[in-house]
Amino acid sequence: MENIISIFVKSIFIDNMIFAFFLGMCSYIAVSKNVKTALGLGIAVVVVQFITLPVNYLLNTCLLMPGSLSWISPELAGIDLSFLSFIVFIAVIASVVQILEMVIEKYTPTLYNQLGIFLPLIAVNCAIMGGSLFMQEREYANLCETLAFAAGSGIGWCVAIVGIAAIREKMSYSNVPEPLRGVGITFILTGLMGIAFMSFMGIKL
Amino acid sequence: MNWKLLTDPIGKSNPVTVLILGICSALAVTVKLEPALVMGLAVAVVTACSSCILSLLRNTIPPRIRIIVQLVVVATFVILVDQLLRAFAYDISKQLSVFVGLIITNCIIMGRIEAFALGNRPWPSFIDGLGNGLGYGMILVIVAFVRELFGSGTLFGYQIIPESWYIANGGFYADNGLMILPPMALIVVGLIIWIQRSIMRIN
Repeated sequence: MENIISIFVKSIFIDNMIFAFFLGMCSYIAVSKNVKTALGLGIAVVVVQFITLPVNYLLNTCLLMPGSLSWISPELAGIDLSFLSFIVFIAVIASVVQILEMVIEKYTPTLYNQLGIFLPLIAVNCAIMGGSLFMQEREYANLCETLAFAAGSGIGWCVAIVGIAAIREKMSYSNVPEPLRGVGITFILTGLMGIAFMSFMGIKL
Repeated sequence: MNWKLLTDPIGKSNPVTVLILGICSALAVTVKLEPALVMGLAVAVVTACSSCILSLLRNTIPPRIRIIVQLVVVATFVILVDQLLRAFAYDISKQLSVFVGLIITNCIIMGRIEAFALGNRPWPSFIDGLGNGLGYGMILVIVAFVRELFGSGTLFGYQIIPESWYIANGGFYADNGLMILPPMALIVVGLIIWIQRSIMRIN
């Protein structure tokens, strides 16, 4: 249990997707002009991350990893399909996003109006794909740890984009040098936020 | 051959600093020059080849499922690059870790396919992809140059700052440890954008 909490907290603050690994920067820069839309995208990322990561984890452990096919028959134990993982992960992500969009549209139209426009963007959001690849690389022991990592990394991304959106809203009143306006200052601000987040690094979990 | 297709993305329509695409998988590999260079080349190869293939297929892909087809073609090339790196440059492939896989979700590739390859013939698409990949690689190399030189005093692993300058050897110089940390990559890119936009406005 402690292990799970530690993974959860670690993936929000210390291994934050944006500040430590720069994942999902494209939509982070493009959709952080105001807090409301940023929050919408952030929540959508949390939801998609929480669904795709466990699915990819199961696929990885039951089909792709070396020796993982032995549950079908012992003869297949020597097969290593891990080179296919990129294509499997991206296919899962793209189809989950597509299905989620249809389900949300059918059952909760109000939520669809808020989240709908962001869902297609998420299919190519590196934070999702990166989450799956980190899950594969770090070899989480069971589904609970994977779920903790999924929730943590999604929430960490959400916190980051809402934070920068709030700062950018305030920034519109300040006098930034002309060529630095917009993207340039956003990069530098993200860097400064990253330095602030690095103060969590000393925490022992 | 149209040279503008190759040179424009390297300079005035650079995918990273002007169009703000493909930053995702990039910045974490810029602590040292060597992985940055390999990453830049890998992206250039994948962008060029997948643009070319999808341009060949452009009249046969039904528009409704084109995103999936694009992802599959891109993923195939990324798998090839990944396997090649593992076979011939294992150390670098370990350093790049998940970021090779993340080339799939690099917005530059999808962006160039959607914006250029689906409406043009294979050869110009290949050149356009190559140019954009190189433009991206160039930014990676510049960032990595600054970070490696000031962060560890080396370039490609060779010592550039003379050893006798260091405080440990009785000199006055110390490496800037902040340069190695992730946030500095963002700040360096921010500064590059600032410089580039100032120059472009003067012209």
